[in-house]
Amino acid sequence: MAAKKKSSKSNASADDLKAYYRDMLLIRRFEEKAGQLYGMGLIGGFCHLYIGQEAVVVGLEAVAEEGDKRITTYRDHGHMLACGMDPNGVMAELTGREDGYSRGKGGSMHMFSKEKHFYGGHGIVGANVPLGAGLAFSDKYRGNDRVTFTYFGDGASNQGQVYETFNMAALWELPVVFVIENNQYAMGTAQKRSTSTPDLYKRGEAFGIPGEAVDGMDVLAVKEAGEKAVAHCRAGKGPYILEIKTYRYRGHSMSDPAKYRTREEVQKMRDEKDCIEHVRDLLLTGKHATEDDLKAIDKDIKKIVNASAEFAKDSPEPDEAELWTDVYAEAVPQKA
Amino acid sequence: MPTEILMPALSPTMEEGTLAKWLVSEGDTVSSGDIIAEIETDKATMEFEAVDEGTIGKILIEAGTEGVKVNSPIAVLLEEGESADDISDAPKKDAAPEPEQKSEKPEPKAEKPASKPAEPKAPEPDRSPDWPEGTETKKQTVREALNAAMAEEMRENDEVFIMGEEVAEYQGAYKITQNLLEEFGARRVIDTPITEHGFAGIGVGAAFGGLRPIVEFMTWNFAMQAIDQIINSAAKTLYMSGGQMGCPIVFRGPNGAAARVAAQHSQDYAAWYAHIPGLKVVQPYSASDAKGLLKSAIRDPNPVIFMENEILYGKSFDVPVLDDFTVPFGKARIWREGEDVTIVSFGIGMTYALEAAEKLAEDGISAEVIDLRTLRPIDYETVIASVRKTNRCVTVEEGWPVASIGNHISAILMERAFDYLDAPVINCMGKDVPMPYAANLEKLALTSTKEVLDAVHKVTYR
Repeated sequence: MAAKKKSSKSNASADDLKAYYRDMLLIRRFEEKAGQLYGMGLIGGFCHLYIGQEAVVVGLEAVAEEGDKRITTYRDHGHMLACGMDPNGVMAELTGREDGYSRGKGGSMHMFSKEKHFYGGHGIVGANVPLGAGLAFSDKYRGNDRVTFTYFGDGASNQGQVYETFNMAALWELPVVFVIENNQYAMGTAQKRSTSTPDLYKRGEAFGIPGEAVDGMDVLAVKEAGEKAVAHCRAGKGPYILEIKTYRYRGHSMSDPAKYRTREEVQKMRDEKDCIEHVRDLLLTGKHATEDDLKAIDKDIKKIVNASAEFAKDSPEPDEAELWTDVYAEAVPQKA
Repeated sequence: MPTEILMPALSPTMEEGTLAKWLVSEGDTVSSGDIIAEIETDKATMEFEAVDEGTIGKILIEAGTEGVKVNSPIAVLLEEGESADDISDAPKKDAAPEPEQKSEKPEPKAEKPASKPAEPKAPEPDRSPDWPEGTETKKQTVREALNAAMAEEMRENDEVFIMGEEVAEYQGAYKITQNLLEEFGARRVIDTPITEHGFAGIGVGAAFGGLRPIVEFMTWNFAMQAIDQIINSAAKTLYMSGGQMGCPIVFRGPNGAAARVAAQHSQDYAAWYAHIPGLKVVQPYSASDAKGLLKSAIRDPNPVIFMENEILYGKSFDVPVLDDFTVPFGKARIWREGEDVTIVSFGIGMTYALEAAEKLAEDGISAEVIDLRTLRPIDYETVIASVRKTNRCVTVEEGWPVASIGNHISAILMERAFDYLDAPVINCMGKDVPMPYAANLEKLALTSTKEVLDAVHKVTYR
């Protein structure tokens, strides 16, 4: 294991750092806005916010190349923004409108972008893990060196199909990075109350899959681990597990009474480990940016996020005819 | 401009709540993420966080107030440079989510039902032959036909591959994949471990990635381990993605009772999968249908459930000798034309139906026998046109009676051919019990030619 707490400042340029800052801030502000729109009744149903975990996707997207694929479960807005999907389209899907990525038919948990190789957004815990291995299978079958990032949580890591998939991914040497986003709570159940052994990165040992624990509040540590994992997969050596230790500040979903952890625990993480503050410090202390530079970024992000909220409010609800479209891939004569 | 802080909705169903406690006072500075109040919903007490930063200018709703409606202003937040005097300027419209818009939202319009009402016009069944008259045919077993269908499609398209338990080196648990490994190699004919849930999911993921997998289940009984991937991932993703992400995959294998393998290995899943929008469901009886429908299934851009039958694998039928023979989905086959009663079946149920029709002919009763072939889509037109002619209908299947395909056909006939029926529709079914092992009990648990004959005599009153 190598949960090194070394902030490898060395290999990140000022531009890199600024880009990570910006990308993480976009996710945070977007999610805060989504929470606000939920409170206003504009977003319905389940809505799982990514606030606190931003360094995971931003660090891994920093090592992804064109054609690499990604798939995740339902805490998925951050993944979509990090891989370059349009905030307007994501927010409009959250509000269930015509201009959403799924034209309003998927919602928060079910969004996709073929263009950005984002394969969802899946609502069943653990089910996206074999799907991710299947995407990696398609690349291996075609003989290219693309990699699939398959994200799931500490909760999903107890699902049986995850281990069926580990077995086959190792057996067939599939180019898949299994990213366990360990935010320490499966809904409201702390990891130590649900999981017999604490080290999830060792869960591949029985299948011969190498694993590594990573400080998920440090975007540079995530990126470094990601480089290693991706190089392993691209070299045809099969799957790799990254257990990224992270933390979500908000509830599991919007209706979370937060009785399973203390307010102090959450506050301590925010004060001491926040991934955005971390990069902000690096930028300022390293004299890579001034307060004014960062304020300008903040302002720009706020504008993008506010515009996405306006867009998502103004976009019309889907046409009633949409009820019947996309059930089948071509027009099937409905004979009944 | 001062911003109104509104009573938030904190659960999918919350309409109002109690403002239990304020954690800030007027004049306090807050930043985004700070907890400013505790709110009681019908389910729990929840913490309410500030979204924007600023100063609490005024608290509008006192702590302890019950029944505060979602979206009503509870406090006013001042930004840098604003004072409490600006509060009267607080924009009502800007912050509030236009309640008018809400009211016009989901109301389903009663006068315009989503599903189309039954149309009274006469149905027009597609009666074109499956292959041109005069085409040479040869005798082939269902097993050979299925094998040929896969081999032909794999030769045509490199993206087609087969995976499953014992499909490669063992040559198929029921020999359906015989010789495929030899011809196509281990890249395209893949033995899996015994882990249906996992490999069904990998197959679906490969289909998302643009390949055309054929996933063989050794029997459909074992696919219950994988049913979440079949329904939640394969069938629904096209819809959930607004048409972006298709899933061209075939799940196939033997279905229903074989012989003497008892309850866990003897179940007909026709009605289960036919229930699911997004799937296509096929259950062939003859070898020509097995071949033509499997080729169509492999080419179809949607997930297809292809249910075979172990007892039929060795049965021989005429199969046309054609370079590329396919059978379309949603087109039933009329095996015998008749005047007195319509017998509707599919898969192995056809053996009872055809045997009964033969015996009925000896008694002077002329039965029309329809093989549905595909259960989603179903060729309702052919069934309805036939019942309009015969005025009587019996359905035959091996599955359980509750919510069966026969029930569904009965309901459709009641809706669309009520005035043509001279007797109630009778469903000949498997019995409502798990499959027993003892030979005599197993026989009793399945439907039979005798049951079909009895049903026909009942509906024809002779």
